[in-house]
Amino acid sequence: MTDGLIRETWWWPYVMILVAGWLATDVWRWIGVFASGRLREDSELLIWVRCVATALVAGLISKLILFPQGILSETPMWLRIAATGVGFSAFFVSRQKVVVGVLAAEAFLIGGWWLLDRVVW
Amino acid sequence: MTVPHGTAQSNLPDEPPTTGRKWFLLGARAAISIPALILTAAFVGYAGLARETGLTLPETLAMTGLIWALPSIVVLTGALSSGMGLIPASIAVALASVRLMPMTMALMPMVKVPGKTKTWHLLIASHFVAVTAWVFAMRNLPDLPREARLPYFTGFGASVTSFVFCMTGIAYMAVERMPDVVAGALVLLTPVYFLCSLWGAARLNVDKIAMVVGLALGPVFFLYLPGLDLLWTGLVGGTATYLGMKVLRGGRS
Repeated sequence: MTDGLIRETWWWPYVMILVAGWLATDVWRWIGVFASGRLREDSELLIWVRCVATALVAGLISKLILFPQGILSETPMWLRIAATGVGFSAFFVSRQKVVVGVLAAEAFLIGGWWLLDRVVW
Repeated sequence: MTVPHGTAQSNLPDEPPTTGRKWFLLGARAAISIPALILTAAFVGYAGLARETGLTLPETLAMTGLIWALPSIVVLTGALSSGMGLIPASIAVALASVRLMPMTMALMPMVKVPGKTKTWHLLIASHFVAVTAWVFAMRNLPDLPREARLPYFTGFGASVTSFVFCMTGIAYMAVERMPDVVAGALVLLTPVYFLCSLWGAARLNVDKIAMVVGLALGPVFFLYLPGLDLLWTGLVGGTATYLGMKVLRGGRS
């Protein structure tokens, strides 16, 4: 990760960003626009499509928590799951205020991380 | 032409000519919000990662503005750092971004005024479809009059994107190296925020069940079908939920 990028030319990363980044991403949004043309908001197909999108994002969420990238992967998995659980509970208790949930999870993670550092070292 | 969505709505007979512009600005004002701040924090975390990977500032900003979907940006960063070729990198990013299609499909009927809305307006607005704006839209747009939804959503998306774009650049320049705890906390912020706001945006019980199923299936597919895992999680989890609910309701929708 710290080795830096393999740079053949200065413009190559921009080709990657335009084609593999912008095009590969926005093409799905455009397909979504055209595919929605004949769909009504309450149609059966759309309920299914929303189920698929919701499950997909949910899968991404648990992936980011269980298998994170970078420095967070050095924390124990149980701490990340517990922090998320505390955050989600706080979100419920606070009548679904997102900011309360996020702050509770962060406080638990940072507190737990700090305590673990103290105990281990 | 400077405010296309303002002029697009101006020929409605019983509305004042500034309606579209007004809703655009209201949407922009609604962007000053907790979700936008959380998203900004997540991108600040990304700026640190990009710098560590060796991306230049213009490259980091180009990815932020052009892709505008954090998971896909992270995937492309990984591809660039490992010297992946154009085709495999495109496939990897396309797989990470495929979720944007059903999200856009679910959103578009909500913002469209049948027979009036121009497709290229929808194409421009669709660029702002990412988890934050989508969740915000699913939660708030149904309460607005139909004509207001597209300019409101575009105003929200445009100002969140601009703000995050600027903050990512500032963070890239300002943060030489973040303390480990801060960097780690920023990485956890994104999934917890996604979790709470996705639950809040669920309008039907079936959405919530799909979410729980997706949470459970995500790690399973990640371990057994890495690369295609998100796609499978969505298709299998979403379809199973949909069919299960349909059977339980005895065929009624």
